[in-house]
Amino acid sequence: MQSTAHDFKHNVGEALADANLQDSLAKLKVGFSERRRQAAERLPEFEALRDAARDIKNHALANLDFYLEEFERKVVALGGHVHWAPTAADARRIIADLCRSVGAKTVAKSKSMVSEEIALNEHLEALGIAPIETDLGEYIIQLRHEPPSHIIAPAVHLTKDQVADTFLEHHKALGFSKRLTERNDLVAEARHVLREKFLKADVGLTGANFLVAETGSSMLVTNEGNADLSNTMPRMHIVLASIEKVIPTLEDAAVLLRVLARSATGQESSSYTTLNTGPKRRDDLDGPSQYHVVILDNGRSSVLGTKMQDMLRCIRCGACMNHCPVYGAIGGHAYGWVYPGPIGAVLTPQLIGVEEAGNLPNASTFCGRCESVCPVRIPLPGLMRHWREREFEHHLTPRTVRQGLAIWGYAARRPRLYRRLTGFANRLLALFGRATGRYRALPLAGAWTRFRDFPAPPSGGTFHAQWARHGGARTRP
Amino acid sequence: MSSSPSVSQTRPRRVALFVTCLVDLFRPSVGFAAIKLLEDAGCAVEVPPLQVCCGQPAYNSGDRATTRAIAAQVIDAFEGFEAVVAPSGSCGGMLAHHYPGLFDDDPAMKARAEDLARRSHELVSFLVDVLGVNSVAARFDGAVTYHDSCSGLRELGVKQQPRRLLSSVKGLELKEMATPEVCCGFGGTFCVKYPEISNAMVGEKSADIARSGADTLLAGDLGCLMNMAGKLQRQGSPVRVRHVAEVLADMAGLAAVGEPETKR
Amino acid sequence: MSENARSQILNGIRRALHRGELSGASRQAAEARLARPPAGPAVARARLPQAEQVTLFCQWAEANNATVGRVAAADVAGEVAAYLARNNLPAEAAMAPSPQLDTYNWAGQPMLSLRRGAARGSDQVSITGAFAGIAETGTLVMASGPDHPVTLNLLPDTHVVVLREADIVGGYEEVWARLRQRYGKDCMPRTVNTITGPSRTGDIEQTIELGAHGPRRMHIVIVRE
Repeated sequence: MQSTAHDFKHNVGEALADANLQDSLAKLKVGFSERRRQAAERLPEFEALRDAARDIKNHALANLDFYLEEFERKVVALGGHVHWAPTAADARRIIADLCRSVGAKTVAKSKSMVSEEIALNEHLEALGIAPIETDLGEYIIQLRHEPPSHIIAPAVHLTKDQVADTFLEHHKALGFSKRLTERNDLVAEARHVLREKFLKADVGLTGANFLVAETGSSMLVTNEGNADLSNTMPRMHIVLASIEKVIPTLEDAAVLLRVLARSATGQESSSYTTLNTGPKRRDDLDGPSQYHVVILDNGRSSVLGTKMQDMLRCIRCGACMNHCPVYGAIGGHAYGWVYPGPIGAVLTPQLIGVEEAGNLPNASTFCGRCESVCPVRIPLPGLMRHWREREFEHHLTPRTVRQGLAIWGYAARRPRLYRRLTGFANRLLALFGRATGRYRALPLAGAWTRFRDFPAPPSGGTFHAQWARHGGARTRP
Repeated sequence: MSSSPSVSQTRPRRVALFVTCLVDLFRPSVGFAAIKLLEDAGCAVEVPPLQVCCGQPAYNSGDRATTRAIAAQVIDAFEGFEAVVAPSGSCGGMLAHHYPGLFDDDPAMKARAEDLARRSHELVSFLVDVLGVNSVAARFDGAVTYHDSCSGLRELGVKQQPRRLLSSVKGLELKEMATPEVCCGFGGTFCVKYPEISNAMVGEKSADIARSGADTLLAGDLGCLMNMAGKLQRQGSPVRVRHVAEVLADMAGLAAVGEPETKR
Repeated sequence: MSENARSQILNGIRRALHRGELSGASRQAAEARLARPPAGPAVARARLPQAEQVTLFCQWAEANNATVGRVAAADVAGEVAAYLARNNLPAEAAMAPSPQLDTYNWAGQPMLSLRRGAARGSDQVSITGAFAGIAETGTLVMASGPDHPVTLNLLPDTHVVVLREADIVGGYEEVWARLRQRYGKDCMPRTVNTITGPSRTGDIEQTIELGAHGPRRMHIVIVRE
């Protein structure tokens, strides 16, 4: 997917002015977080499970090569194939070749953020192969030629009316000419339209929440059942997953599943959690005759063994963005690439470079709400700070900021100089602000006073000046 | 935690006040309120003269070198005090959680940073959790809402303590807003680097404050308070803004944040 | 070429972790973990006595929009026919060719037209068994095989599941143990679907609607034996 992350500030302006988006975000802010809170409350073991989930992912990452090899061994033993894709281009090529090998005209796709990352759809379309998004949210945005705005609810930025307009525009040719107003009617129409495509698709391509090394299984979590239809009806099932998805055992999967759905949507369990292991067996009455797993690196292995490794624990639940006040103000598209919210702020610079995506880890107050709800306890604000340090080291921080910091830093290390400077500033601000107690406009503080008044200090001097005057004795001003 | 000050303590606890750069420059009364509260609780308070700032502006901008230099200064200045107390969750959190990690490559400094971290506290949680203060002798007639500043809440567990002490203030009624734990949009340099997002966040906070029906807003961090006061006043809101220490120290007669001094 | 890509990724991982191939004590620990998987924190809700387990299963299944009926084995076919009738559904279904299902008295419901095999796009109702039920979350576990085509779980609008009480277990861990026991960890079924209630989506304005792609309606017949 083409990035607009460098244009973050422009994206933000558009997002804040988008009334439909702001309506949708208002619902999101309250809905997901409340449901997650209730789900966590219902399960006394929830915190212990979060710790265990973090430990399982850490163990898997420390032994990633071993578990990937074990996974491959099991898949191959059952008649499946594993393909290794160091880069996005490799993954695109492998998948295209697989599709062409069965003469595929259509690919039924089910939720895969990695497929967005490698820009798979455009690549297939250019080769005359039609990818059909089957997840309802993905289907809607595919019709609208938009990227997803959330990692589990891709159309969360849209209102029902926007969806109705989109369906009317695109389903007319299929014989649906009525503009619908009810949600369940919209869902029913989508079900009808997509059902035909499932039945006819040549290839099914899914992502994976987990790759289980013990059994050589891919595990996928959905609510709609589209992933399961995608990987049962067509002749070939392709699983596209990044390297850090591999976990050791089914027991480990149970721990992760227990925190995944609760953190994501507040459900005890999603409607469909499926383990796929290889192609159909000889006596099976349905299922794909070919099973391929494409394992993608695309910049992740280089994060292992570094301070940033913790970002690879992510299980793609979306809790961080559901609780982030910045995401709640600007939505997912403003982040400019595949992964939005706090995890996006951390992962995007790693995958497409900090020069392109530098704004993302900077647009945070470090409020810490994301870290407090992350099921695998990723220290997201700390990781964003690491990106800021990387930028500072490479002189990517804007020059005015560096200069301002340098001046401030110089003074801050010299307390006596600092006292003189702040004493002066304090007296000036107190003097000119005395009448109203605040400033509607202030030189050098335009970014603040554009939207807020600036409180003036009261007269009397700085704290240290007053304290010195009173000789350090206990006093009240 | 302790339920009451140790009766056997024959000399007052020697506590250093970490003023914070914002209190020093913009609202010294917060520092005096903190001293009063600590002294009333039996502490002997000193103000080390060579303190300037905890270093967060540099830290959160990625300038580790400057942060380390400032941290070293703070560690030196606050050597030897039983406790270091800041009327701020973000500065308290910086000292208590982030300083040691700055010196991973320097074991001697790291040990000193860890020692300082153990001795560092946010003001209200120090009063309640360490000194065992249950109530204050203060009066405040009015309805108050309390904003939970992020660092204090999530790094230092400051949540119940201010509410506990506020409930002992005569005449004060606490009206919780719907989402007191959601960030106000200050975030240090964030509010001037991304002013539109910050404005959206403080706008939501302001609406939440209005819906609470309170006539006064309190919090434990001056950055948050200046941000929220500035927005409320730009909107013409009658809500007055103070630091929680000022109300607890019975100093609510002073002009509120952003008000001219003649107004009472 | 593919071998190069494989080495590239594996060696990249090893380089980043500052080691060669996993060996020694670390390797043994990882192998041991695969051979004898340790369980995570115990969840109290998944460890109730059997009778309470069944009740919990029913509660969660219903909370997730499935309906539940509890009958004796002799009444299974009658319960299915009655369910279809009271929901105005046609008295015909695609049924899993399962020896267990065949033990129920379908012949006693002559009006019920059953076709054994995989589902077709035109089927409105399917009837299957279930490998297990998970009380912790009200979840059904389906294992694919000649006796259980996967399309029966997904294509028709209404899915009727016949679940034996004895197959209701507490939590995921017991399901994994049963799967390993029945199939061996080296040859799991092609697909294990764990299904909690009918298909749903929250993709339009975050409000749940049932029947996104999978069944809109699910009826679970729990068999006392």
